[in-house]
Amino acid sequence: MKVIRGLLDQAKPHFTKGGKLEKFHYAYDAFETFLFVPGETTTEGTHIKDGIDLKRTMFTVVVALLPCLLFGIWNVGHQHYAATGEFAALSSGFVEKLLFGLLVVLPMLAVSYGVGLTIEFAFAIFRDHPVNEGFLVSGILIPLIMPPTVPLWMIGLATAFAVVIGKEAFGGTGMNILNVALVARVFLFFAYPPYMAGDAVWVAGDPSRFVDGYSGATPLAVAYSGGLTALDQSYSLENLFWGVIPGSIGETSVVAIGLGALLLIVTGIGSWRIMGSVIAGAAATALLFQVTGIQPYSGVPPHYHLLMGSVLFAAVFMATDPATAAQTQPGKYVYGLLIGITGMIIRVLNPAYPEGWMLAILLLNVFAPLIDHWFISANMKRRNARALQ
Amino acid sequence: MQDHSGANVLARLVPDSASIKLTRGLNLKLLGSAPLVRLDLPVAATFAVRPMDVPGLESIPRLLHQVGDSVLAGDPVLASKVNPEVVFSSPVSGAIVEVRRGPKRAITEVVIEPSRQLDFRAFRKPSLSSRDQMLETLLGSGAWTLLRQRPFNTFADPAVTPRDIFVSCFDSAPLAPDTGFLLQGREEAFLAGLRALRTLTSGEVHLGVAPHSSDLFRWADSARVHTFDGPHPAGAVGVQIHHIAPIAKGHVVWTIKPQDVAIIGTLVTEGIFDARRTVAFTGPQLKRTGYVDTRLGAAVAPFLGGNLKSERVRLISGNVLTGKIIPPSGHLGHFDDQVTVIEEGDQPEFLGWLFPSYPRPTLSRTFLSYFLPNREYAVNSNPHGEQRAFVMTGEYERVVPMDLYPQHLLKAILFRDFDQMEGLGIYEVVEEDLALCEFACTSKQPVQRILREGLDWMRGEA
Repeated sequence: MKVIRGLLDQAKPHFTKGGKLEKFHYAYDAFETFLFVPGETTTEGTHIKDGIDLKRTMFTVVVALLPCLLFGIWNVGHQHYAATGEFAALSSGFVEKLLFGLLVVLPMLAVSYGVGLTIEFAFAIFRDHPVNEGFLVSGILIPLIMPPTVPLWMIGLATAFAVVIGKEAFGGTGMNILNVALVARVFLFFAYPPYMAGDAVWVAGDPSRFVDGYSGATPLAVAYSGGLTALDQSYSLENLFWGVIPGSIGETSVVAIGLGALLLIVTGIGSWRIMGSVIAGAAATALLFQVTGIQPYSGVPPHYHLLMGSVLFAAVFMATDPATAAQTQPGKYVYGLLIGITGMIIRVLNPAYPEGWMLAILLLNVFAPLIDHWFISANMKRRNARALQ
Repeated sequence: MQDHSGANVLARLVPDSASIKLTRGLNLKLLGSAPLVRLDLPVAATFAVRPMDVPGLESIPRLLHQVGDSVLAGDPVLASKVNPEVVFSSPVSGAIVEVRRGPKRAITEVVIEPSRQLDFRAFRKPSLSSRDQMLETLLGSGAWTLLRQRPFNTFADPAVTPRDIFVSCFDSAPLAPDTGFLLQGREEAFLAGLRALRTLTSGEVHLGVAPHSSDLFRWADSARVHTFDGPHPAGAVGVQIHHIAPIAKGHVVWTIKPQDVAIIGTLVTEGIFDARRTVAFTGPQLKRTGYVDTRLGAAVAPFLGGNLKSERVRLISGNVLTGKIIPPSGHLGHFDDQVTVIEEGDQPEFLGWLFPSYPRPTLSRTFLSYFLPNREYAVNSNPHGEQRAFVMTGEYERVVPMDLYPQHLLKAILFRDFDQMEGLGIYEVVEEDLALCEFACTSKQPVQRILREGLDWMRGEA
């Protein structure tokens, strides 16, 4: 610790005013404040402050994502070896599956963090503001919501687009209107659709080595075309719950997502209001579709709908982004419910989009200020009415 | 016992309105609370008149005496240039020894060395039926400056008749003094002060009390009593006003602290400006804590000599949320009845955001401390993080028990959006009402400074 402090103190003069690297002082600050909470003191307002800061907040979200990341790494390997038939059983080839998954996922993480943080630091230096911790979360979210077959250059391109257009153009973390990770995904979805949808993208590895007849279709695709009967033949409810299914890297396991949700709710970092209302909205809409018997997804009950696709991951980790969600407490319920309803409508009724949450959340990101506006206007009206009494 | 209206006073033991239950907020528990004992300490060497503590008067007041002049307790020392009838008076008899100035040569303190015997200037005892006589005595004695006006928390404008006057009779801030104890021995003066205040308003004098407040407040025959049950900021008068009769556009109300009501009571019954202040000396860095009987603007040095646990301390006149830093040679703030001494948090902390090296108070459940609500903390002045843009939401609402959107109000101030500021309630709040937001803020935003900028801007527009 003293050695690190010494090195930092040695480097510091270069970054202070008049130093050779003065321009880069916010980059230096980012490292220094990561290692040491500065020994500065309050100069105005409250003399004491809460222990919480944005670093700890963002780090908590990263920890909440770790179960999804770790399970996703294993599942990428498992789906591959199940397709090739080498280790089709769950219990076999644990090490091989882990290694395979690591080789797929770690480079994606490295590219996402590398590109994103480079841009963040560049903006901090050129626009002279501190490096915000927001990308610590976006950097891990981006790979987790991608199919495992996405080429690395696409991850880099999408990350760059998301950080520059989705965030920095608006003024950085806290000012952005759209969820940064979803901007990355939607960019690839519309720019390179063959890489983002269809039956071929969800299992990593050389398809020529897959066993004959292996389809790679996700549960959603199966249920879309064949309803509950076809789904039951391909995937057990148990597999859907544990997440041993093809899909985007981090979104498949209800257990892993649940662990993350638990941490976010217990620590209060993620809004349970939003999580709960997204799930409630999605379940209610799915029930309506089931009862009215609207095709496709014939007969698929709400709990299947919640276990398939990315609805739970979206509810827990994407819809709850405080910068882009509704900000008023009652607004959060409306925002969540509308995401749940819209997402399920897109999933079931729109044949062009196999899954609805990315678009539903981005849509409601745009409408979140409007939802807040209702509640804030109501507050203002109550107050203005008192003035007229 | 009969009060002046003939009704049985005991009926007053039942509050006028049912208890108002507030759930949002936070009682910050710090080490170094003051036990209910009066410390016997030497009289302060100097006293100061501090005009800068009254917002709205800061345009440099006129000095009415020179250094070396002798004054009686109650003699005017400074007069406002904007409202010349508003004066600041000396809290003691003695000689003016120094005029301290701040930026732009503004007078920050007029320092007075007390004479051995306390001599008072005599004022006319006003009739309770004459508002004019009341104004004359309050203004002439300088006791007027103890009143504050909302919106904006500025000095009370003598030309205005306030809708109501509010007195919060309990302080819920960290380590705050016990109001009942502060008034011990001055109960009659307090009640007389309330009667005097009653003549100043066209409406009511409202008292906010806690469920366990001293019975004294329930004996108030000229005020309405409201009970507030909840954590800090339940004792902040702005929160109480919001629940009793909110300030809408165009309304003007006054507020005053309980000890200052007693000062006014003595003034109207005895004709002297007897500026007594009992002050709680608190904080984790004091060896001995307790209450001290002194006067308005007392130098703090005699109470601190030999009583500090270390050299790296911060002296605060007031509490840790809203108080002002004072030097060891400094004096009590004009409205303050508390001094808090905490450690300076000037030590870097290795990975402190991840692995805190000592316990700290928090509203965040990412810390184990959150789950130990009765623990008391030895706090310091480290902000525990750097300032960032607003990111988290719902944090401010958790600590503001009002129908108000604090974060949106602050953003409206930053945008200088006049209509939104008005609609979102800028007239209803001052710094102390939102101080906990600043404590709780993940992004370490300067909430009180932003609010003050908005208040000053609105006051300029009006």
